Amino acid sequence: MTGAGSTFIYPLYSKWFDVYYKKTGVQINYQSVGSGAGIQQLTQRTVDFGASDAPMTDEQLKAAPGEVLHIPTVIGAVVVTYNLAGIDKGLKLSGDTLSGIFLGTISKWSDPKITADNPGLKLPDTDIAVVHRSDGSGTTNIFTDYLSAVSPGWKSKVGKSTSVNWPVGIGAKGNEGVAGQVKQTPGAIGYVELAYAVQNKLPYAFMKNQAGQFVEPTLESTTAAAAGSAANMPADLRVSIVNASGENSYPIVGYTYILVYKNQQDPAKGKALVDFLWWAVHDGEQYAPGLLYAPLPKEVVARDEAQIKAITSQGKQLYQQ
Amino acid sequence: MNRATSLSRETLSLAPGARARNRGDGAFRGIVTALAWSILALVALMVFKMVDASMPAIQRFGLEFLWGTTWDPVGQRFGALPFIFGTVVSSLIALLVGGPIGLGAAIFLSELAPGWLRNPISFLVELLAAIPSVVYGLWGIFVMAPWLRSSVEPFLGQSLGFLPLFQGPSYGIGMLAGGLILAIMILPTITAVSRDVLRAVPVVQREGMLALGATRWEVIRHVVVPSALSGILGAVILGMGRALGETMAVTMVIGNRPEIVASLFAPSYTMASVIANEFSEATYNLYLSVLMEIGLALLGVTLLLNTLARLLVWRTTRRAQGGY
Repeated sequence: MTGAGSTFIYPLYSKWFDVYYKKTGVQINYQSVGSGAGIQQLTQRTVDFGASDAPMTDEQLKAAPGEVLHIPTVIGAVVVTYNLAGIDKGLKLSGDTLSGIFLGTISKWSDPKITADNPGLKLPDTDIAVVHRSDGSGTTNIFTDYLSAVSPGWKSKVGKSTSVNWPVGIGAKGNEGVAGQVKQTPGAIGYVELAYAVQNKLPYAFMKNQAGQFVEPTLESTTAAAAGSAANMPADLRVSIVNASGENSYPIVGYTYILVYKNQQDPAKGKALVDFLWWAVHDGEQYAPGLLYAPLPKEVVARDEAQIKAITSQGKQLYQQ
Repeated sequence: MNRATSLSRETLSLAPGARARNRGDGAFRGIVTALAWSILALVALMVFKMVDASMPAIQRFGLEFLWGTTWDPVGQRFGALPFIFGTVVSSLIALLVGGPIGLGAAIFLSELAPGWLRNPISFLVELLAAIPSVVYGLWGIFVMAPWLRSSVEPFLGQSLGFLPLFQGPSYGIGMLAGGLILAIMILPTITAVSRDVLRAVPVVQREGMLALGATRWEVIRHVVVPSALSGILGAVILGMGRALGETMAVTMVIGNRPEIVASLFAPSYTMASVIANEFSEATYNLYLSVLMEIGLALLGVTLLLNTLARLLVWRTTRRAQGGY
């Protein structure tokens, strides 16, 4: 079996494939080529499944030769990291302030909007140096999705995508590039994946969520965000879960998906795929926290089960108890 | 070198007769001809595929693509000018900085260096060429950029700040960093090739000048460099080719911002970088097609600059030959 797509999720999936191979003898090859390329390969039927950090667009679904199902596997979070002497962790930011910084309307750390979010914190009167990803990435997609959700100005001027037309700042390649640039530039602000920030002990900001709480980005607050929005998931599970409701929900999060055709051409292969997916969203989830991905809340696992049961080949359901 | 050329000419003129006697010769000739043509065919195929893949973008934007300055993947508006600008200017900086250093090093190695020093330095220069570009990039981020930000750029800003080239905030990362990293990367090419062409100048010519009472400097200035000029320019062209196409190291230090700004401190973007950065996550067909067209534009710019450089070489060598 072969799959292709997201580089963000590669560490977890390679762990999954390894464990699953030892357990069942089913071998799965995965090319971590990027979500966009994964969707393309799925569309051209050169792989059995795709993996993407963003749901497919209507246009992409139309281009696919068959109906594609979205199966969320884990949740990724994006954290805001910064370089301010003396402030190690816990700078507080609201969505409005963050979008102002990335739009360039807030250009000094001493701006009243930032101090309003952080009463009692002494902020320097220095310029803010914005750093963003230069390579197209799911991280950027989640981050700009969030900014679009909290700021009408961002939505109309910039929008959300894996790469956007940034109003300010310099572009650095990969999480490591952004982190390196932020670390070296006094007054810098940027965004990286949660896992990367934790592993490298970067300072990160607490973000204000819909309920008005400043929430620390953790695996728990990420899963909480998914649980908070599970009730409103559309039937096809293509959904943005940024700025979710719930007291403990961290707001800058998004699902990463496995994409499969609803109608599998080869029954044997389809069966193997279905078995694997079932294993992944149940037993597989336990490997997620160790690699710093947030596991799915049980509400979403139930939705995944329905999707997996819907996969057929030659008119027959492939899932069996 | 002269003897080698005349020898090969002799062999060539013998070839038809030899072919009659030896079938192996004919087969060999056929094979190498096919190999030579296969390179041409490969290039033609590549150009064809790239034009084919960029067709949607060409139809959508036409020639405006080349001077458009907006790059907005969300709004589906694309212009290549900032990338063309970034590629050309960063390569130019690389040539301006790396060219003289490379040539100087080559002259030292071929004319002045004592024997015991020549080989170690040559070896080190060639070693530079073997370092992967991502390593240059990392060095650029962690060593060069902080140095530029804290020392070089403030100094340039204070002393030459009246020029628009050296104004604005210094991030370390930017056009200057991109140009400098390229300068370092093209150094080995320029040095090694120039050294070889300088060495190829016959010793007799040097000895003749020295016998006439010329100084070392005069020998280099009036004999060695002029007779090797076309080869030196060829070395510079090779270096330029590397600079134009270099991707990884530049991406890591240039700041990746598609803007046309006079200041060398400001971030910029190159054609190769934007393809590498955005290709894997280009989420719709027009986007992919636009990136293909950037590739086509890069090919065009490379071809144009190479042609100009060749013309320059051709003119200077003709003039030089006329002088003898």
